[in-house]
Amino acid sequence: MTNVVAREAPVGGVGAPVAARKAGPADEFFRGVTVVAYREILRLVHDKSRIVSSLAMPLMFFVMFGAGFGRAIGGMAPGVNFIQFLFPGIIAQTVFMTSIFSGMSVVWDREFGFLRELLVAPISRAGIVIGKVIGGAILALFQAAIVLVLAPFLKVKLDLQILATAIPLLVLFSFSLSSLGILMASRMRSQQGFQMMMQLLIMPMIFLSGAFFPLNNVPAWLSIVSKLNPLTYGVDAIRHAFLDHAGMAAGPTPFSVILFGHPMTMMQDVAIVAVMGAVLLAAATWSFSRQE
Amino acid sequence: MDAILAEDLVRRFKAVEAVKGVSFAVAEGEVFGFLGPNGAGKTTTINMLCTLLRPTSGSARVNGFDVATQTSDVRRSIGLVFQDTTLDDYLSAEQNLRFHAQAYAVPREVFEPRMEGLLKLLDLWDRRKETTRNYSGGMKRRLEIARGLLHHPKVLFLDEPSIGLDPQTRRHIWEHLQDLRQREKLTIFLTTHYMDEAEYCDRIAIMDHGSIVALDTPENLKSGVGGDVVTLKAEDNAALVRELKEAHGVDARLENGEVSFTIAGGKAWLPKFVREASQSLTSLGLRGPTLDDVFLKITGRAIREQGADQFEGIRRMRRRR
Repeated sequence: MTNVVAREAPVGGVGAPVAARKAGPADEFFRGVTVVAYREILRLVHDKSRIVSSLAMPLMFFVMFGAGFGRAIGGMAPGVNFIQFLFPGIIAQTVFMTSIFSGMSVVWDREFGFLRELLVAPISRAGIVIGKVIGGAILALFQAAIVLVLAPFLKVKLDLQILATAIPLLVLFSFSLSSLGILMASRMRSQQGFQMMMQLLIMPMIFLSGAFFPLNNVPAWLSIVSKLNPLTYGVDAIRHAFLDHAGMAAGPTPFSVILFGHPMTMMQDVAIVAVMGAVLLAAATWSFSRQE
Repeated sequence: MDAILAEDLVRRFKAVEAVKGVSFAVAEGEVFGFLGPNGAGKTTTINMLCTLLRPTSGSARVNGFDVATQTSDVRRSIGLVFQDTTLDDYLSAEQNLRFHAQAYAVPREVFEPRMEGLLKLLDLWDRRKETTRNYSGGMKRRLEIARGLLHHPKVLFLDEPSIGLDPQTRRHIWEHLQDLRQREKLTIFLTTHYMDEAEYCDRIAIMDHGSIVALDTPENLKSGVGGDVVTLKAEDNAALVRELKEAHGVDARLENGEVSFTIAGGKAWLPKFVREASQSLTSLGLRGPTLDDVFLKITGRAIREQGADQFEGIRRMRRRR
């Protein structure tokens, strides 16, 4: 008899059905943000190969570019050698790549089905997008930190003031780029499309952003293309953060991007990236929310 | 109150009308099935009920909530198991459930015993720390059922719950579902193209080309076929068909070297026929009507299980990469 009762008992049945509880839109937004961001971090912890590759890529760049061009180019400006010029560029490139990948991981989630679990949960679509963006920024900062550890070995100057300037910049750029990734991914159905985007759009954008070589001495067509590239201003701002000397904290450096004859200051670069980021984030949220 | 109430639901994809105005009601505690071939509009209907697709026109209520305007309330009150797995392969079973609990705002003190209870019931407790990547198809499906029930939903939606599973695993899953249904007083809504799975339903809606063509209990549907199905083989099948027509008024079909027809009270009729038959019979068979026969009678076609399974195999291979 007791057996019969046990068989019909609800499973772990304490508490009222969750369906009975009410939650507002704000609740659904913040819950979306936290669960999605939390999952990004969980996946980072589980995916050990990502940590290795995130260290390997920048190291390879330093060795190849540093050894290859360093000697040939010599000093870039008074007191700045090629590695010191390259270092902020590599940091920027790392953050760009990580953020775009993170945003575009929506394509993977869609292909492996997990996206549906998210889309049908009682969390808002905007919350999912913001959660992805925040998760992307955390991953990007983690990757950037790994590269920063290399600084002392490369004789790159790094102090608290530089870090305090650079980290908020990196977060801002990461937000923009994650948004770009989500925007592209929200209309993409397959990984093939993702590969194409990477090769035809993202890689050229990174190479023409001034991350690896200065843009002040290039042919006119390349100069125009690079100034249309939003990444250029991100790289420029981060380079400002690393190379500006104490007295001229917001002033131009010898490598500053020159727009209409005016060398950009760090804050002007930041303004451009911030506007671009806001537009991309709004577009990503809109596009992601509209999908069925 | 009905657990699900659909009124004239329509969904159009560009030029194609996938669901052409379906209406039905599912009572609380009922197991209700949509049966039909692939492309009949079953999944589209389930997606509209789960708020994943907006109806082009018509309306539906789930647990009293409108699927177009009260999406959050609908979502909180239902559990879902999709056709393709929607687990995060990188995470363990427990982490997948924990994620779900957070997304559905299940408090920790409710979650812990609930997870333990469900995982033990579904025989997954010992392997909860493993990543789901290593799980078999049947285990994944069981975990998805556990996940779908984690937040105490009142209605569980199952889209082709046993697609790609072998018959033994399929039966096993259904033992669990029957058990859970009893314990949780669940309403279950499922789509399937497997006849044996449809037999578990209290009522079945047969769907074809986006419309419901029949809706009743499996017993009533089968009795609508008009008797038992007899299959015969004789040395001269054509002569047998003639004899059936002339002496007994039976319209038999000759297919694949087999004569088959439906007749009321087949068990009593067959021995009598065998005694009196002038043809020499080489084989005979008698069975009760199946839902396949029902579908055949209504639509004039058989549900092609074979084709669907091959397709499924290819899709699964692609996904495994």
